[in-house]
Amino acid sequence: MSTASSTLMLRRKVTNAVFTGFCVVVTGLALIALAAILWTLISKGAGGFNLAVFTQATPAPHSKGGLANAIIGSVMMCTLGMILAVVIGVLAGTWLAEFGQNSRYGSVVRFLNDVLLSAPSILVGLFVYEMLVAPFHTFSALAGAVALALLAAPVITRTTEDVLALQPSLLRESGVGLGAPLALVIREILWRSARGGILTGALLAFARITGETAPLLFTALNNQFFELNPTKPMANLPVVIFQYALSPYDDWQRLAWVGALLIAITVLSVTIIARFVTREQNRS
Amino acid sequence: MSDASISHAPPPRRTVARGALLSTLFEGLCFSAATALLAALSGLLIALFIGGWPAIKKFGFSFITTVTWNPVTEVYGAAGPIVGTLITSGLALLMALPVAAGVAFFLTELCPAPLRRPIGTAVELLAGIPSIVYGMWGLFIFAPLFAKWVERPLMAAAPPGSIWETLTLGIPNGSGILAASIILAIMILPFMAATLRDLLMTVPPAVRESAYGLGSTTSEVVMKVTLPYVRRGAIGAVMLGLGRALGETMAVTFIIGNSHDFPTSLFASGSTIASTIANEFTEATSDVHLAALIALGLVLFVITFAVLALARLLLGHQGDKA
Repeated sequence: MSTASSTLMLRRKVTNAVFTGFCVVVTGLALIALAAILWTLISKGAGGFNLAVFTQATPAPHSKGGLANAIIGSVMMCTLGMILAVVIGVLAGTWLAEFGQNSRYGSVVRFLNDVLLSAPSILVGLFVYEMLVAPFHTFSALAGAVALALLAAPVITRTTEDVLALQPSLLRESGVGLGAPLALVIREILWRSARGGILTGALLAFARITGETAPLLFTALNNQFFELNPTKPMANLPVVIFQYALSPYDDWQRLAWVGALLIAITVLSVTIIARFVTREQNRS
Repeated sequence: MSDASISHAPPPRRTVARGALLSTLFEGLCFSAATALLAALSGLLIALFIGGWPAIKKFGFSFITTVTWNPVTEVYGAAGPIVGTLITSGLALLMALPVAAGVAFFLTELCPAPLRRPIGTAVELLAGIPSIVYGMWGLFIFAPLFAKWVERPLMAAAPPGSIWETLTLGIPNGSGILAASIILAIMILPFMAATLRDLLMTVPPAVRESAYGLGSTTSEVVMKVTLPYVRRGAIGAVMLGLGRALGETMAVTFIIGNSHDFPTSLFASGSTIASTIANEFTEATSDVHLAALIALGLVLFVITFAVLALARLLLGHQGDKA
């Protein structure tokens, strides 16, 4: 082998070693940073877990209390938001996949849905504020739920369209060939066979909205007390965490970490369930 | 096929008519849902425009070119938050991109098979952690360390009068432009790594194997074959990451220091559009203040829309799922 080609070989080897080393090192660094965040969450949050967290309302500074009103508020708003989002998302996704797939209007809706999917959540909050808060002169849990629904619906629309598009056209043809109206074919055959995929989409959407803080700041606001009336401001975990974390009081900060851990556990377990559903679906 | 199995009798008229009616109704329902999404996005734009109009009318173009943001004298110039948004997102992208690419390359080319799944899953799960958690971590854990090990030594070592000194001017309390950029980078990192990895997985094995078969090294396979293969999508994924950073609120609000000054130093307090809105919106007392904040939202919308539209055009109808 000539010297020129052996220097070339050496250079290629060195480049490759540097490249490989870089990839390994940054992966290590990324994993360390992310592990550090998780560790902080657990070490700061786990100690504060007790029954009072789930049974008592948010306290005044330097007094005992929990996060019960915030947890209930979050559950209510997320449930309401998810109901709205699933209805809109599944129907819109169905339209995109079954009726408007190649139309001009369909591609416009698809594009705008994709933009809405990644639009800054704080802008969705501002929008809902102008629509549902300012005209009624009161912050409300309902407005919060609508804001969350607007964030979840595009995710569900997207996954519904994707899974419906994956269903074999044989299914549609055999349904229609039996004389069933297309609406019946979609509801009874396509939705049924795409159930797992749609469920995954809904779970991912749910995981996305549980931790959303920004849009709730100007819609649901916060409430120090138990409130079950959806037309009133309502406590919710993200906003409570935000306020308590930035407060100068130790006990409030401790509760903020407990809340953050609670949200992280919820998000992580929902995501894991979603992956599990997908895997079951692929197996069958 | 036997003729006997096919019924030649016409089906009852009423059922057919009802089925057709129901189908039309159902299609109409689906169509309205799709239109509702379209209306939501256009409504968002219109609402921001109407809400911000008083401020746009009053300050005109100077709203985005001047730096005085003063709720007392009711003068609002948003250049500080706008530039703050662009700088923090730009720096975050600059830091996150090489790392995210490295992680994606590691997962697709170098990782031992038994580790591939756990590490991949971990990255995906972390992409789902709410941003407020990153913000709290930044404020309570990262900021003190950053002040002690980075800010103070760098400020102490800065020669007087140099650019170095200008860039590191500020209070070394761990919060500021650079700290916010780092937290943003950590936040968008798992998301970008997961998207890039998914893209690289779409390269057909034959393409990759033939490159190896010709004697290419790993770095050559990645840089000259697989990455160019998914180039368009990769740029789209980067743009999506940038879009996230631009609109991110909670992770930044905790640590940027919230000052409306025009950012001139990496260690100085600053603000982004999103953090300004989050901090002041519920406390805004005058109509002009409220309008100025909504107009700021409109500016953010225009910036992110441009970035996201570009991302979608490049990425096509695939890519991120959440």
